[in-house]
Amino acid sequence: MITIRVDNKKLTVKEGTNLLKACLDNDIYIPNLCYVEKMSHPPASCRLCFVEIEGEKHPIPACTVKVTREIVVKTDSPGVRQLQKVALQLLLSVHHLDCRNCEANRKCALQKIAKFLNVGLKSKHLDHFLKEMEIDQRHPFLNYYPNRCVLCGRCIHVCRDRNKQAQLTFANRGFDTVISFFIKPGAPPLQCDACRACIEACPVAAILPKISN
Amino acid sequence: MNPANKVHTNSQYNALRQKAEKKRQAFLNEPVPKIHIGMATCGIAAGALDTKAAFEDALARHSVNARIHTVGCIGHCYAEPYVIIDHPDSGFPPIFYHEVTPGKAGMLTNLFLKEGDPRFEHVLGATVQNEMIPWIMDFPRFNLEKRVVMEKCGRIDPEDIDEYIAEDGYSTLADILQRSPEEIIKEIKDSGLRGRGGAGFSTGRKWELCANTSQNDKLLICNADEGDPGAYMDRTILESNPHQVLEGMIICAYAVGADKAIVYVRAEYPLAVKIITQAIQQAKELGLLGHHILGSSFDLDIDVFQGSGAFVCGEETALIRSIEGFRGMARHRPPYPVERGLWGKPTVINNVKTLATVVPVLSNGSAWYREIGTENSPGTAIFSVVGNVVHPGLVEIPMGVTLRTLIFDICGGIPGKKKFKAVQIGGPSGGCLPEELLDTPIDFDSLTETGAMMGSGGMVVMDEDTCTVDISRYFLDFTQKESCGKCTFCRIGTFHLLSILERITKGEGRDGDIEQLKQLSEDIKNGSLCGLGKTAPNPVLTSLRYFIDDYEAHIKEKRCPAMMCRPLIAYYIDLDKCARGCDACVGCCPVEAVFNTSNRKKGIDQILCVKCGECLVACPPEYDAVIKVSPPELAPILERPPEPVKKA
Ligand SMILES: Cc1cc2nc3c(=O)[nH]c(=O)nc-3n(C[C@H](O)[C@H](O)[C@H](O)COP(=O)(O)O)c2cc1C
Ligand code: SF4
Ligand code: SF4
Ligand code: FES
Repeated sequence: MITIRVDNKKLTVKEGTNLLKACLDNDIYIPNLCYVEKMSHPPASCRLCFVEIEGEKHPIPACTVKVTREIVVKTDSPGVRQLQKVALQLLLSVHHLDCRNCEANRKCALQKIAKFLNVGLKSKHLDHFLKEMEIDQRHPFLNYYPNRCVLCGRCIHVCRDRNKQAQLTFANRGFDTVISFFIKPGAPPLQCDACRACIEACPVAAILPKISN
Repeated sequence: MNPANKVHTNSQYNALRQKAEKKRQAFLNEPVPKIHIGMATCGIAAGALDTKAAFEDALARHSVNARIHTVGCIGHCYAEPYVIIDHPDSGFPPIFYHEVTPGKAGMLTNLFLKEGDPRFEHVLGATVQNEMIPWIMDFPRFNLEKRVVMEKCGRIDPEDIDEYIAEDGYSTLADILQRSPEEIIKEIKDSGLRGRGGAGFSTGRKWELCANTSQNDKLLICNADEGDPGAYMDRTILESNPHQVLEGMIICAYAVGADKAIVYVRAEYPLAVKIITQAIQQAKELGLLGHHILGSSFDLDIDVFQGSGAFVCGEETALIRSIEGFRGMARHRPPYPVERGLWGKPTVINNVKTLATVVPVLSNGSAWYREIGTENSPGTAIFSVVGNVVHPGLVEIPMGVTLRTLIFDICGGIPGKKKFKAVQIGGPSGGCLPEELLDTPIDFDSLTETGAMMGSGGMVVMDEDTCTVDISRYFLDFTQKESCGKCTFCRIGTFHLLSILERITKGEGRDGDIEQLKQLSEDIKNGSLCGLGKTAPNPVLTSLRYFIDDYEAHIKEKRCPAMMCRPLIAYYIDLDKCARGCDACVGCCPVEAVFNTSNRKKGIDQILCVKCGECLVACPPEYDAVIKVSPPELAPILERPPEPVKKA
């Protein structure tokens, strides 16, 4: 067991514990979107869970740190907050803001993080951009909403976990990156049995069953 | 290794060497002229295949007996296709001819090879010192260079392993196989060699970290992804001297204890893929690869992996994912590849140039290497210098040479009496530096201090007609499209940078744009996961730092000082200069925007004009009547007279 200090709170954790998990388990909230428990390689892609660790020059995503020694962690330094706010604002700047008509309303991770960081949902500084395709309806049971998706990759992770091989993937590059299903003429039929794992893993409402309810 | 093996290694190598030298002597002694033609991708693109065919044809036609010898690239792109003709019977030294078209090839065959007239007007220089023809080593483009890594490039046939061996090739390997891995790592560490893939990490240290891991199964990857637009050093080395890269790889694998290695080369480099694959095969046949290399107890296999040409796949963690069969996306480090790399095994990843440098470092010793270059950046730097310079191409210089010497002395300066404006170093991850910084020495640390970086060695020189805002827009367009899309800052942040730059170049810049570009750039640098995102803002940050006037002119005055951004320029015709009745501009305009005024002088319809600038080029220099202005409001508006009614 190792004792670490997070924001003046002492936590005793097992060696090798993921720092983000250690904090969350001890009621220290750190904004996060892409971390799923027990991941062997957290993708560290949402760039929200930054913390400052004494002795390190720059903030580091907490989900990439395994606790192997006694460390002193700050979760709310100005440098951390700056990065978190900008990351969230960037995500919101390409997000279709229509909370009232969104299935995720009030359970949405973006709303929660925005509230925590005290960031307005509508950005004042950044222009707002949306992708052309509003709904990708090619999947037999699921609909995918590119302008809601935060590209956290949780859906891919849980699908791979459950089915060995993920039935969805990242596709395209840059701003055009989306989640896509392996549906293609000539491709082997999708192994998807509508298990809903991806739907449940999604922190927003970017993957939904075709017929709601 | 036991002494018995030592003897074995030496005797095996000596046998190869003797055979290769005999072959070379036979080639040299053959009493016929030799025509050496540069046949790397750059030469071929310039027409070297046609030149070679023209020589073959002309030799047959004129019944001249001569040997055509295909070699790699010497880096003198401005001279492509080039040939060196060695015609001892003519009494002339070997002569370097530049821009040898098929026509010239025929002419040289007839007049020089047959008649003995070297046609002085086409000569670039002689390759040896002599009384008759200027020696190329008297030209700065040649003598200010220092060839350490590219020493054999353009001199030997890359497709024939014996030519490399005859030039001392693989002798360093034979030698180091008799030394301990620790000794080799120490020598490399002592040499101060820093990785040439961009970041400049100590190569000896990297090897040591890998050698010291407890795991047995280790791997080596040669990074030949080279995704930086405009850079082609690695391709040229692979195409011109693949065996030096292989020799470096075998040495590295021996030093760190790897028994499997991969050359990761992009599929867009078909010739490099072909040549390196063939080189591996040849090395295997001679016992330089595979089981018991040169009779030692060391085994190594090298495979070629063809990448699909994504810029991010040059980043080591994305490269590893792509070999593993996944989408090329970067991963958080640590763990570094030397701890957990390809398939979870400790992996050394080195750039092509780094591995090729290992050979001269070990054959001449670390002290010799440290004599070249600077204290903290020993050795040479290889740049592909392109853009507005008289002599573009690949240049290998000792570290510490200034940008000014490189651009003006070695590469001949800016063509067309134009002024220098900026130089972009390090490609999309690098920075744009102004005239005031031309005396910066070229080394890892000095370049990083300016906000640019050594990067992989791409260098674009730009003259006064270049808009630095537009250049930043160009590079951001590249990085945004090449972002793997994984992390928030890079995927969305660079998209905002790009969109702001696009607005500014269209004349839609707003108050606050400059501050936002700066802040967002800093955030992207600090927040991104991998080197692509961390360095993507560099072109913006450096151009803001050194060329802020360009930005302000665009935003505040809607003016592009270099007159490059089309929405911010206009063309008009100066009626005082226009020659009545000359119709040069009318015919060239693709959209029929040029019209006749009442006195048959010309005017431009500003609404139709697409600002292609064709009329400016077409207008004869003696009139010089087409004027380009920015902002566009400076162009006087001429009413287009009503079209004469056509009779049916
Ligand atoms: C976006 C990006 C692209 C890169 N592309 C290349 C490349 O094309 N070739 C290369 O050798 N290194 C490239 N690198 C650097 C590699 O990650 C790695 O540091 C290098 O291959 C290590 O070799 P070295 O130690 O010999 O320099 C790239 C890095 C980044 C972040
Ligand atoms: S669909 Fe949902 S879970 Fe999947 S990447 Fe998008 S936001 Fe994440
Ligand atoms: S910085 Fe860019 S390229 Fe690197 S992981 Fe993030 S999105 Fe991918
Ligand atoms: S949760 Fe750590 S980066 Fe997303």
